Amino acid sequence: MAEHDYDLPDARGHFGPYGGVFVAETLIAALDELREAYAAAQRDPQFVAEFAYELKHYVGRPSPIYHARHWSDALGGAQIYLKREDLNHTGAHKINNCIGQALLARRMGKPRVIAETGAGQHGVATATVAARYGMQCIVYMGAEDIQRQAANVYRMKLLGASVVPVESGSRTLKDALNEAMRDWVTNVSDTFYIIGTVAGPHPYPMMVRDFQSIIGRESIAQMQEQCGRQPDAVIACVGGGSNAMGIFHPYIPVAGVRLIGVEAAGDGIATGRHAASLTAGRPGVLHGNRTYLLQDENGQITETHSISAGLDYPGVGPEHAWLKDSGRAEYVTVSDAEALQAFHDLCRREDIIPALESSHALAYATRLAPTLAKDQILLINFSGRGDKDMHTVAEKSGITF
Amino acid sequence: MAKIQAVFERLQAQGRKALIPFITAGDPDPALTVPLLHTLVRAGADIIELGVPFSDPMADGPTIQRASERALAKGVSLRQVLELVASFRIDDQHTPIVLMGYANPIEAMGVDAFAAAADRSGVDGVLVVDYPPEEGIEFAQILHQYGLDPIFLLAPTSSDQRISQVAALASGYIYYVSLKGVTGSASLDVAAVAARIPEIRTRTGVPVGVGFGIRDAATAAAVAEIADAVVIGSRIIEEIEQSSADQACTRVFALLADIRRGMDAATNRQGGTTWVR
Ligand SMILES: Cc1ncc(COP(=O)(O)O)c(C=O)c1O
Repeated sequence: MAEHDYDLPDARGHFGPYGGVFVAETLIAALDELREAYAAAQRDPQFVAEFAYELKHYVGRPSPIYHARHWSDALGGAQIYLKREDLNHTGAHKINNCIGQALLARRMGKPRVIAETGAGQHGVATATVAARYGMQCIVYMGAEDIQRQAANVYRMKLLGASVVPVESGSRTLKDALNEAMRDWVTNVSDTFYIIGTVAGPHPYPMMVRDFQSIIGRESIAQMQEQCGRQPDAVIACVGGGSNAMGIFHPYIPVAGVRLIGVEAAGDGIATGRHAASLTAGRPGVLHGNRTYLLQDENGQITETHSISAGLDYPGVGPEHAWLKDSGRAEYVTVSDAEALQAFHDLCRREDIIPALESSHALAYATRLAPTLAKDQILLINFSGRGDKDMHTVAEKSGITF
Repeated sequence: MAKIQAVFERLQAQGRKALIPFITAGDPDPALTVPLLHTLVRAGADIIELGVPFSDPMADGPTIQRASERALAKGVSLRQVLELVASFRIDDQHTPIVLMGYANPIEAMGVDAFAAAADRSGVDGVLVVDYPPEEGIEFAQILHQYGLDPIFLLAPTSSDQRISQVAALASGYIYYVSLKGVTGSASLDVAAVAARIPEIRTRTGVPVGVGFGIRDAATAAAVAEIADAVVIGSRIIEEIEQSSADQACTRVFALLADIRRGMDAATNRQGGTTWVR
């Protein structure tokens, strides 16, 4: 691949054989409208300026890059730097994308926004921006996840959103996405669907990536300023893949920087109880695009498992599928147990509580750093803070509140 | 390919319209599927759409989702759906069967292997809900190689350009989805459908079926006056859902026969329109 002229997706949303627009005809007009509105917004300096203003003053960007010295020393190898997306308003990278899409919804005159959520982080971010811009907000959430993430459900309700439990299928994130799509196709004239990751039909994977790319663009400038050079590797966890695409994308043309995506191995790949679509899945079609999927031999989508609800998804953004096949990015896995260990390590060594999703990226760094020299640099996308996971971690440690 | 076309030609000669019921294969039990298919034919079905269950039926409302879940709970796979069609073919070599489903089970089998197996089993057409024409060109070509009809959807929101795109690929019939929404949504607006169909007819000679939101004989009759075929799905699934296994065929027969009578009465009054220009 000629890295310097990477310009995917093509006009119809393809990243090589992946991506595309695999939806029923009933959604095509809505996607055409969205694609045109987004293309126009990108060219409109006023839209670009407003997005930048909101990221700076409302989200608190740029997020800092922090040198985790104690932890690097303890591991005894490469220097580890953290891109602190946990310091964003609402506590994760998700808000970057929500602001972009909500501004677009407003520009398109859509007073009603809908979203799917798994862990509730994207739901909270959507509810937050909807409240800010005076929009009606409906969040679809699997009935199973509503049980697991009660605090975030309450947060969304406080922000004025309606949370609709989804009882179909496996009652988790993938089913919430199906239900949001069904709502959208029914209410297309007044409704904007804010997808929370780089999945879905074109233009979503491209658009969400573009809104999240602020992470990588800031990182390139900050690394130059702080270290006088770029990292040897950039590491990010991969659920649907938005925080990873956000930091990877600006680095794709930068030679010598390894891009490493970390998937959830759950109880271990061999147990079948995991969420590692790129590592253990096969290409197929789900949620409007072609990508790697966890599926059985008959092409039915299988249920996934991860300690972190935000990584518990049987697909992955199509651009990651392409980056894997082309070899530009590498994908590895980390188990629940390793992620938990990294969670505790970071709490103790750096006094920062990471989200369980981000803990997967951290856990891989604990494996990689000791194999590298002390003057090498790892940059980790620290995608979110761990307050939402207190309950899960306490439970694993046998503690009840 | 010839079988679906032949049905429309025969009906046209009789001044009648096609009745196309939909059921999900394996719902509520694979043992009931072949008897239900024969029942549909006895009640007046001209063509049958047979749903292939999928774990993530994004374009379907709650009724067909539940049918899919019931079938999956019985372990029904695409392979088994093809076996059910082959069993149906032992006693019925004439009624065309159109498989309707989602792309992933077909891609998991391999598109070419699927087309060959579908042809061997006696399938006549295939509608893949999440293959719009831009992603379905290669698939349509492969189906044509095996003499199978690729059926495509059109919607109220489809532009003239898209109608032409579909017309270039489709054979058998084109399925016009009558409303914004998923299957099983509220009832359809006959006047709105009537306003749209002539535009489709100026761009294709392929017959046009209408579905989504048809729940009774009166609506079916009204649609029969303006389209070449009436597709009815969720209402039949509801009947199956509410019946005990031994009553399902009787109740489905009563429902569909009533719809058939309504359609034929309407087209008799009208004297029959033609889809061939
Ligand atoms: C903090 C955090 N990181 C990562 C993810 C995973 O999503 P993605 O792969 O789209 O970044 C989530 C999803 O909820 C999250 O909350």
